[in-house]
Amino acid sequence: MTWAIFWQLALGFGAISLVSIGGGIAVLPEMHRLVVEVHGWMDSADFARRFALAQAAPGPNVLVVGLFGWHVGGVGGMLTAVLAMTLPTSFMAFGFSRLRARLAGRMWLKTIERGLVPIAVGLIAASGLILARGTASGWIPVAVTAASTLFVWRTDYSPLWVLGAGAVVGLLLL
Amino acid sequence: MTDDPPPRPVPTLADLFLTYGKIGLIGFGGINAWARRVLVEEKRWLTDQEYAETLGLGQVLPGPNALNAAIMVGDRFHGTAGAIAAPSAMFGGPLILLAGLAMLYDAYGELPTMRALLAGVGAAAAGMVLGTAAKMTEKLRPPPALLAVGLMAFAAAGILRVPLPLTVFGLAPFGIWAAWRAMRRP
Repeated sequence: MTWAIFWQLALGFGAISLVSIGGGIAVLPEMHRLVVEVHGWMDSADFARRFALAQAAPGPNVLVVGLFGWHVGGVGGMLTAVLAMTLPTSFMAFGFSRLRARLAGRMWLKTIERGLVPIAVGLIAASGLILARGTASGWIPVAVTAASTLFVWRTDYSPLWVLGAGAVVGLLLL
Repeated sequence: MTDDPPPRPVPTLADLFLTYGKIGLIGFGGINAWARRVLVEEKRWLTDQEYAETLGLGQVLPGPNALNAAIMVGDRFHGTAGAIAAPSAMFGGPLILLAGLAMLYDAYGELPTMRALLAGVGAAAAGMVLGTAAKMTEKLRPPPALLAVGLMAFAAAGILRVPLPLTVFGLAPFGIWAAWRAMRRP
């Protein structure tokens, strides 16, 4: 293991983070190019398995880069990849947050903010659909997804209940 | 603004850290639906409208949108300290968990029981995310033009699989135009 690999991780994921607009998962094809095609750190099947593992675990989706980093360089690789993916854009977001506070109340800013709201909600719905499609391997998971949708939409109980129920159904029936 | 409940509490820095830590650890299927659940419904620190606006801005900025939103929420309540506390808690917990999972995976590969359990949780988490979108739409009560933009975003990203940057920047002008029209006619 040489330092070169940490540089490659840092530069590779740092560059990808700058073009990840709309969500970390948007740049999955770019990550595949970096990890599988350019550096050959793993094959496509391994890439898909690690992505599935990160999707199944709780936390920000973008943490999948941690698993790629882990595969390449252990704990150091994991931290390098995650920091490269998050730090540069964090400074931008922070700068923007300050600017937003200074411009608070301006009509044009309010208009932009309100105009982006439906896109934010639409993209949440889209990610739900994509997740559902990924798990729909028969009528049981589809029924779980449908029941969970109704439960979360129509009640105010904690969604952790449906996750627990999903886990039980998974263990017994899947 | 759609809802105006009694005065909303302001979190301390420790609250912010612990709450974002919790959001990270229960965030199955992605952070955003859970962040809304905890920040808007459980803690009442933000309204649905405020949360959705923050997330919308997080989506047009480069970088993970949940991270951008966490930085803005942290900054809003506790300045620089908050902007550091919220995202580091949100990433810290899941990162440790993921390191554990990676070790298990390296040692044992995929365990069938684990797979079955995660398949069930994954299906439920997908419903959680869909249900959240439905709930937000209901609470925000968007005028028809804004609703149409939301449905287009859903169709473009979820059904047609248009690349996200294209979806976001292609629909943003329509969303802003629809918002401008809605605000002119109260």
